Amino acid sequence: MNYHSPASFAEASALAANATGITRFLAGGTDVLVQLRSELVTPETLIDIKKIDGVSDITQNADGSWTLGVAATGAEMSEHPTLGRDWPGVVEAMDLIGSTQIQGRATLTGNLCNGSPAADSVPAMVAAGVTVTVTGPGGDREVAVEDIPTGPGKTSLTKGELISAVHIPARGDNAGDAYLRFIPRTEMDIAVVGAGVSLRLDGDTVTEARVSLGAVAPTVLLVEDCAEAIIGSTLDDTALEALAAAASAACKPIDDKRGTIAFRTEVAGVLAKRAAKIAYARAKGEDL
Amino acid sequence: MALDDRKSDFTFVGTRPNRPDGLDKVTGRAKFGADISAPGMLHGAILRSPHAHARIVKIDTSKAEAHKDVKAVVTRADFSDKVEFKPGLSGEFWNVLENVMASDKALYDGHAVAAVAATSALAARDALKLIEVEYEVLPHVTDVDKAMAPDAPIIREGAADYSVPEGMHPNVVRYHESGHGDVDAGFAEADLVIEDSFATEATHQGYIEPHACMGSLGSDGKGELWCTTQGHWIAQKTCAALLGIETSQLRVTASEIGGGFGGKTTVFIEPVALALSRKANRPVKIVMSRSEVFRATGPTASASMDIKIGMKKDGTITAAQGIFRLQGGAFPGAPGDMTAMCAFAPYNLTNVRQVGYDVMSNRPKQAAYRAPGAPMGAFAVESVLDELCNQLGLDPVDVRLKNAAHEGTKASYGPTYERIGLVETLEAAKAHPHYSAPLKPGQGRGISCGFWFNHGGETSVSLALSEDGSAQVMVGTPDIGGSRASMALMAAEVLGIPYENIRVTVADTATLGYNDVSHGSRVTYASGLATIKAARHAVEQLCARAAASWGIPADAVKWENGCAVPSGPNAGDFDPRPLADITAHMGATGGPISGHFEATPEGAGVSFGTHIVDAEVDPETGKTSITRYTVIQDAGKAIHPTYVEGQYQGGAAQGIGWALNEEYIYGDDGRLQNSIFLDYRIPVASDLPMIDTVIVEVPNPGHPFGVRGVGETGIVPPLAAIANAVSNAAGVRMKQLPMSPPRILAALKDNG
Repeated sequence: MNYHSPASFAEASALAANATGITRFLAGGTDVLVQLRSELVTPETLIDIKKIDGVSDITQNADGSWTLGVAATGAEMSEHPTLGRDWPGVVEAMDLIGSTQIQGRATLTGNLCNGSPAADSVPAMVAAGVTVTVTGPGGDREVAVEDIPTGPGKTSLTKGELISAVHIPARGDNAGDAYLRFIPRTEMDIAVVGAGVSLRLDGDTVTEARVSLGAVAPTVLLVEDCAEAIIGSTLDDTALEALAAAASAACKPIDDKRGTIAFRTEVAGVLAKRAAKIAYARAKGEDL
Repeated sequence: MALDDRKSDFTFVGTRPNRPDGLDKVTGRAKFGADISAPGMLHGAILRSPHAHARIVKIDTSKAEAHKDVKAVVTRADFSDKVEFKPGLSGEFWNVLENVMASDKALYDGHAVAAVAATSALAARDALKLIEVEYEVLPHVTDVDKAMAPDAPIIREGAADYSVPEGMHPNVVRYHESGHGDVDAGFAEADLVIEDSFATEATHQGYIEPHACMGSLGSDGKGELWCTTQGHWIAQKTCAALLGIETSQLRVTASEIGGGFGGKTTVFIEPVALALSRKANRPVKIVMSRSEVFRATGPTASASMDIKIGMKKDGTITAAQGIFRLQGGAFPGAPGDMTAMCAFAPYNLTNVRQVGYDVMSNRPKQAAYRAPGAPMGAFAVESVLDELCNQLGLDPVDVRLKNAAHEGTKASYGPTYERIGLVETLEAAKAHPHYSAPLKPGQGRGISCGFWFNHGGETSVSLALSEDGSAQVMVGTPDIGGSRASMALMAAEVLGIPYENIRVTVADTATLGYNDVSHGSRVTYASGLATIKAARHAVEQLCARAAASWGIPADAVKWENGCAVPSGPNAGDFDPRPLADITAHMGATGGPISGHFEATPEGAGVSFGTHIVDAEVDPETGKTSITRYTVIQDAGKAIHPTYVEGQYQGGAAQGIGWALNEEYIYGDDGRLQNSIFLDYRIPVASDLPMIDTVIVEVPNPGHPFGVRGVGETGIVPPLAAIANAVSNAAGVRMKQLPMSPPRILAALKDNG
């Protein structure tokens, strides 16, 4: 196994482009090291990107948007004084992953690139409209989070490409987000269903919305029908029922050891409603 | 409730000092199974079958043997039924050997087929990939009902014993039937008869410490074994048999143990380490991964059960009948008999009949798990009782009190009870504030009783006094629940010296007589009884020394508050002689003073408990929270109440896991799908409420201080109590465990 710790993303990209065999990028390592130790994946090339300058930074830009380094951890996000005020749903989703020890290592980028449809931070990022910078042999490109995963364990990143930064939009006024997941326990588990909602209000009326579902299809879903079900409403019972129905209709889940098709389909609607109510309350300033 | 009228007699028993092993454990000084190493030590790894059922056509180990880091490779050919000097094994030894290393067939996913010893753990792991095994995959079965069906694949022909009725599938290997009265006549007398079927899934004990050992065995047949175990004498006996050596030539030392709950009462890796060591002529250490623990140690049995109970309008049970089918993996041993015998044991029944089946399937060989077999039966029986109470509008505690077994009751499994404490636990439940606390909407309350036999077992204890008046106690039962503290308290009580002046050691097999495993809730009872008698044996000698120094007969001296004193005014007027005063001169007055005791005590005293549980069910997702939990159990006499409470809480915590989310999940391919703690869902701390405890003390006449074992009964009521709470909260009867959210949500939907 070859271990590299490049000083720049361009160098990391070049190393990956020229590597043979299985290549993995290492940031927090909370998936890569587990897979390595359990012999699921034994990489021939391991590229540690934690030593690149600025990869742990969490920065608010002049326009109110945020840029997060790829090695910024869940703990650093949760402890940040203002990020969680803008995007409580994104921060809470990241914070749900693993234990306190894992939070000290785990990253948004790692969670995204692991390609799991059950990744907790991904529906929250999709709902929030997060984009990432992808650095590759041909330079940089900006990609929406929902366009990164292509199936369980698979991403749209090509050989030599890696994510070099995470961009969360400016929150703006009268807006809120939320993420909820279902697990049979209270913590330390993998989502059986996840739902992220971000919305903006004009008075009591929803004017913008993005709704995302996790663990109910091969990739995290951005569900337009869910957004349409609540845009223009005051999130009254009729709108909530339409939201739930749209969420359930969008599900294409599987039966597995963590849940059944019927369960996931039903609970996706339940969680979408509950997350929407929290996001709505937050947009009204009732719950920060 | 009956109070222990002897309580005021105790000075040390009933207090709560810190455990003597506490500092070692919190500072990391304690040595557990994997904390061992030796010069020249090799690391072992085991190759396991990926198939649920397959004929082993050929094993080619030549490439692994040729690897520079590999020092030994073993297969079944290296164990005693194949080696020359002691061929042939039968009975349970053969079963254990077959489980430890497969012969002609791999019988379950994870079954060991070969092992290597190499210079590093990584090299050993990689060397396994060099072993080529050719399998012929066979049809498999993992479900208990399917394993009994006529078309089920046969695990092993001829495994059934004499008890199995003719015409049953060869996978049914033992049959139990017992009871008394006429159940048909009893059902005819009932105002309401409910008959229903229930199922539970296999669960694992989930001990935090994976199996680990280091074995060293020379060509002279002399060996040493260090292992994490609940019983090192059974490890000694079994390993010696499996390797064809003499029992006494193998010295076994038990490490500190990170949980066992019954799962460490047998051997898995120990004979393999010894076989590798014999071949490599170097010590070999093996440490299981968590995945190996799930796939290849001993989970509990899964069960399928049919219950029929008749009741009068006033709550009197007129007849009870149960059929219990237990699957225990690819070997005989599922506790169908235990399930049957325990199921109705809390009740005073005129007409009762119970049938138990032991069924084989392509799963790992089941091992004991706290009151093995009893929780499943209680789940089924107590669910039907709850439903009868609901339909007849009766209070569930009153109905249980009305039918409760007491002293003189002929038990459902045959004997007549001596003094027992079931009624006292039910009365305590009724009086407990939990039972009358209001429930919120969406919550339900459940009650269940539970029974376990408890066990005595072969026991040896030795006690030696030191010149300075301190004492060392050697016990042979590994400390799985704070027993060193309990032994020290009991010895202190007899000797009259402080708890802190007594050191209790778990002795190895070479330094103490035989001891059965720490199981059957027997340690505080049996090792405790032996400790008391060993201490009394030493006290006799202390009195004799004092008598000699005073020139009076030994029987004119008694032991009081740690001193020899004249037994009465007629014996003479002498100042009391404290223990340390006598031991200071013991070398010159007759030599060292020790006490010992060896026996198989028979008066373990059966044990009962009653649990009260509140559960809340989210009607939209089927998710359950346990909002309040109270354990009430008869301890006979609590030697160290904190550890008694710990046993109660631990039983409830494991029961919550078993009831709600834990299960062995097999795919269609017969492979275990959730062999890590991520997907085998034991409760995390935040899943549990504070578990309240009430210690009832109805002294056991079979123990000098009244002790009844408490380790196992606490896991018998939870499955039923939680199922009753969840069913009452959800408004639909849950008949299958675990009551996972998908299962509850589906039941809610079916119920409209």
